[in-house]
Amino acid sequence: MDRAVPMVELAGVSKRYAKGPMILDGINMKIAKGDFVSIIGPSGCGKSTVLKLISGLTSPSAGEIRVDGMTPKNARETISYVFQDATLLPWKTVQQNVGLGLELERVAAPTREKTVASLLQLVGLSHVGKAFPRELSGGMKMRVSIARALATQPRLLLMDEPFAALDEMSRERLHEEQKWTAIFVTHSVAEAVFLSKRVIVLAPNPGRVHAQFCVPLPVPRTLSLREEPEYDEIVTKVSRGLRAALAA
Amino acid sequence: MLKKRVVTIANTLGVFLALLAFWQVALWVLRVPAYMLPSPAAVARAVVQRFPLLWDALLITAAESAGGLAAAIVAGVSIALIFAQFHWVRRTLYPYTLIVQTVPIIAIAPLILMWIGAGTVSVGVIAFIISVAPIIFNTTQGLISVDENLVHLFLMHNATPAQILFRLRLPNAIPSLFVGIRIASGLAVIGAITGELYAGSSRVGQGGLGYTILYASSQLQTDYLFALVLAAIVLGFAFFGAVAFLEWHFLHEWHESARPPEVEAEA
Repeated sequence: MDRAVPMVELAGVSKRYAKGPMILDGINMKIAKGDFVSIIGPSGCGKSTVLKLISGLTSPSAGEIRVDGMTPKNARETISYVFQDATLLPWKTVQQNVGLGLELERVAAPTREKTVASLLQLVGLSHVGKAFPRELSGGMKMRVSIARALATQPRLLLMDEPFAALDEMSRERLHEEQKWTAIFVTHSVAEAVFLSKRVIVLAPNPGRVHAQFCVPLPVPRTLSLREEPEYDEIVTKVSRGLRAALAA
Repeated sequence: MLKKRVVTIANTLGVFLALLAFWQVALWVLRVPAYMLPSPAAVARAVVQRFPLLWDALLITAAESAGGLAAAIVAGVSIALIFAQFHWVRRTLYPYTLIVQTVPIIAIAPLILMWIGAGTVSVGVIAFIISVAPIIFNTTQGLISVDENLVHLFLMHNATPAQILFRLRLPNAIPSLFVGIRIASGLAVIGAITGELYAGSSRVGQGGLGYTILYASSQLQTDYLFALVLAAIVLGFAFFGAVAFLEWHFLHEWHESARPPEVEAEA
C-alpha cells in the first residue's frame, strides 16, 4: 500500500442531477490512508451525495475523484458501504447475507464459509447463522450488515448515518484496525467529534466545504472521553462552525 | 390453536347445513318444480349417479385451466423480466398488456375457436389470455420495487445486470408473483369454462364442465346442471388451495404474508 497516495481525493467536484439545482459545488477533499473523517452538515447539504460520488454510485458533473489513485468504479473492490438501515435480503439467511459480497465476487464456497463463520463470531451472531432477517432484532440486523461490510476486507469504509451500526460495533475495535480508512456522514456534532480524527463541515445550497477541524484526542477512545473538557471544547468549536455554515 | 380451528370448521359446516335446510324447506313451502330448482338430495343423487361423466368433465377442465395457467405463468414472468430490465420496452408495450386485461373474453372466444378450431387447445388458449395480465402486472411491480440501497449494495460488489435481475429483483418479486398467480388461478378456471361454452368439444359427448353445463341445460337436467356447477366450484377451490400451498412453501420462512399472525387481533 502506497501511503503517499491519498485514500480519497476530490478535486473541484460539483454535482447536479439533470436540470435540478447544484447539490455540491467545488468540493476539495484529501483523506489520507488510515484516517477517520466525519462529514457533517445540515440536512440537504449533499453529505450522502459525497459518499455516493466516492463509491462511484453516481458520477460528478465536474471535477475529479480518485480512490487510492483509481477511479471510484475501479476501486470498488476496496470499498464497503454501510447504509443507515441494515438493508439485508429477507430471503437469505444471516450466513448468506454476510457472504453476499463474497458470493457476488465469486469467492469459492469453502473460503466464503470460513470468512462468514469468523465474522459471525466477531459480531456475536454465530448462534443465529441459519435464521432469516425477520427473526432478528433491529440491533442484530445491524450487526449482520456490519459483518457483511467487513467480509470483503475493505480498505475504505463509507458509513451513512451509522449510529445504529456503531452502537453495535465496538468503537475501540474500529480504531484499532489501522488498515481501514473510514468516512462517516452524520448530522450529530458529538458523534462526529467522538469518532473521527477530522471533521469536515459542509455548508448548504449548494453543498461546499465550509471548515475543517482536527480532533487531536487520543485513540482508542472510550465513553469516558465524553466527560473530558477537551472533548467539550472541540464539540463547542465544531458546533459554532456548523452554525456559521448554516448562516453562510 | 387446535380448538380454535375445530370451532372455525364447525361454524363453516354449520352454515353449509343451514343453507341446505333452508333450500329444502323453501322448495316444500314454495312448491318450486324440480326442473327449476332441484332439491339438495336430487343434486347429491346426480353427483353419485353420473360421477364417471362428471369426473371426466372435471379432469378435462382441470387440464385446460392448468395448461392455460402454466403458460400464463411462464409467459407472464418472462414478459415481466423484460419489462423490468428495459424501461423503454415497458413504456412502449404496457398499454398493450392493458388490452389483454380489458378485452371481453366472451367476445374473443369465437375468434379463437375460428382460428384454432374446437377443442382443448382453444380452451387452454382462452384460459391463458384471461389469466396472463395479472401475472405480468404483479410480477413487474415486484421486480421494479426493490429497495434502492439493495441495488447500490449489489453495484458496490460489481454485480452484473443479470446478477441484479436474477439474484435481487426476481426473489424480491416472488411474493407479488404469487399475488398474481392467486388471481390468475381463479380466472383460468373461469376462462376454461367460458371457453368450453364455445369451443368445448371436438367430439360429441366429450367435453369439460362448460360444455357439459351447456348440454345439461339444453336437456333441462337441472339436478345435473347443479352438480356440474358444484364441480366447477370444487375445481376453483382446488386451484386456490394448490396455489396457497405453493405460496406457503416458498415464502413461510422469510416473508410476513405467509406466516400466521403472532398476535391475534382483539375482536
